[in-house]
Amino acid sequence: MADTMQFDLVSPERKLASGQASAVRIPGADGDLTAMPDHAPVVTTLRPGILSVDMDSGTEEFAVTGGFAQITAEGATVLADEALPLAEATAEFLAERIATAEAARDGAEGALLDEAAKRTADLEALRDAL
Amino acid sequence: MPNLKDLKNRINSVTSTRKITQAMQMVAAAKLRRAEEAAEAARPYAERFNAVMAGLAASVGDDGPKLLSGTGADQTHLLVVMTAERGLCGGFNSSIVKLAKARAAKLAEAGKTVKILTVGKKGREQLRRDWDDNLIGHVDFSEVKRIGYANAQEVASDLLARFDGEEFDVATIYYSEFESVISQVPQELQIIPAKFEASEDDTAATVFDYEPSEEEILQELLPRGVATQVFTALLENAASEQGARMSAMDNATRNAGDMIDKLTIEYNRSRQAAITNELIEIISGAEAL
Repeated sequence: MADTMQFDLVSPERKLASGQASAVRIPGADGDLTAMPDHAPVVTTLRPGILSVDMDSGTEEFAVTGGFAQITAEGATVLADEALPLAEATAEFLAERIATAEAARDGAEGALLDEAAKRTADLEALRDAL
Repeated sequence: MPNLKDLKNRINSVTSTRKITQAMQMVAAAKLRRAEEAAEAARPYAERFNAVMAGLAASVGDDGPKLLSGTGADQTHLLVVMTAERGLCGGFNSSIVKLAKARAAKLAEAGKTVKILTVGKKGREQLRRDWDDNLIGHVDFSEVKRIGYANAQEVASDLLARFDGEEFDVATIYYSEFESVISQVPQELQIIPAKFEASEDDTAATVFDYEPSEEEILQELLPRGVATQVFTALLENAASEQGARMSAMDNATRNAGDMIDKLTIEYNRSRQAAITNELIEIISGAEAL
């Protein structure tokens, strides 16, 4: 069994990380999951949260606000809507996102309301975790 | 023959024109480098996104959401024409508009309804002449210095809202693909219903687990796909615009140089002619005595 796999984290505007990783903890929409080499192929959407990667050079952490991840036996690719290294994620950055999410929540109804409320809660949890 | 003062003035004015075009060329070159970097940085995301979508689309088949399978009709076409906010970039804006116009004419001839949404001021100005009644909207980026993903999302959500409102069946974007500084190719790309080219590597053949369900993922990813394609197009356009401007300004600078040379020769000739003339007058005056 290979003990590392290819890991890529990309956002629409840039490539944030790429390299060999032994484990990737992903904040999936239906719960966190950890991808390790030889994982079964999965595609999952992300909720706002912290993505942490065990690379050769140490553990790196990123704040993501959503997106999706594709995991295969050979590697994991995370396509984030917005992502930045945890050290650069500030409360102001999140405050803006939370305000947008709250505005969406207040205007939503039914199933959309649940979704928007969940997003707001996830973003707030992420802010508190910083 | 124009007098010496006029010539001198013209030489001065062409010289200052050359200075301006030269400066514009250098600015465009610097901007081009940044635009190219941005396009380069966005490429991995778009590529991977398309690969995942191709896999998803293949596994869902024909009964997917409307964004993928279409409305079932083919009556109303929306052309999204993306051009620059500024001119002075050679044939860049015109060639995109030309392609869109050709398509619009063909659709109109086939009895389809044509609607046009413009992004960028220059395209709107050109389309207003012939297709004024078909213009349904305009997105203005003149205040935007650097195109970001948020700008693309803005365009995409506008498109999606119109699609949900059943304003059109098929949407096609028009933009220019950046090949090199001297070559920018206008492109048309259908984005709704979405088409994803299956990737050649074997990941598309892998059977994935989807979490949550395939339908839910598709539901969430398809709007993002529209935004991603718009974003790619906008970045390509930004690079093309600067490339086109750079070569247009390079040509202008060279032409100004040629003109200055020509005018200088003419100036020197007339000056010499005037001197010769005066000499002849003096000599013949002296001889007459």
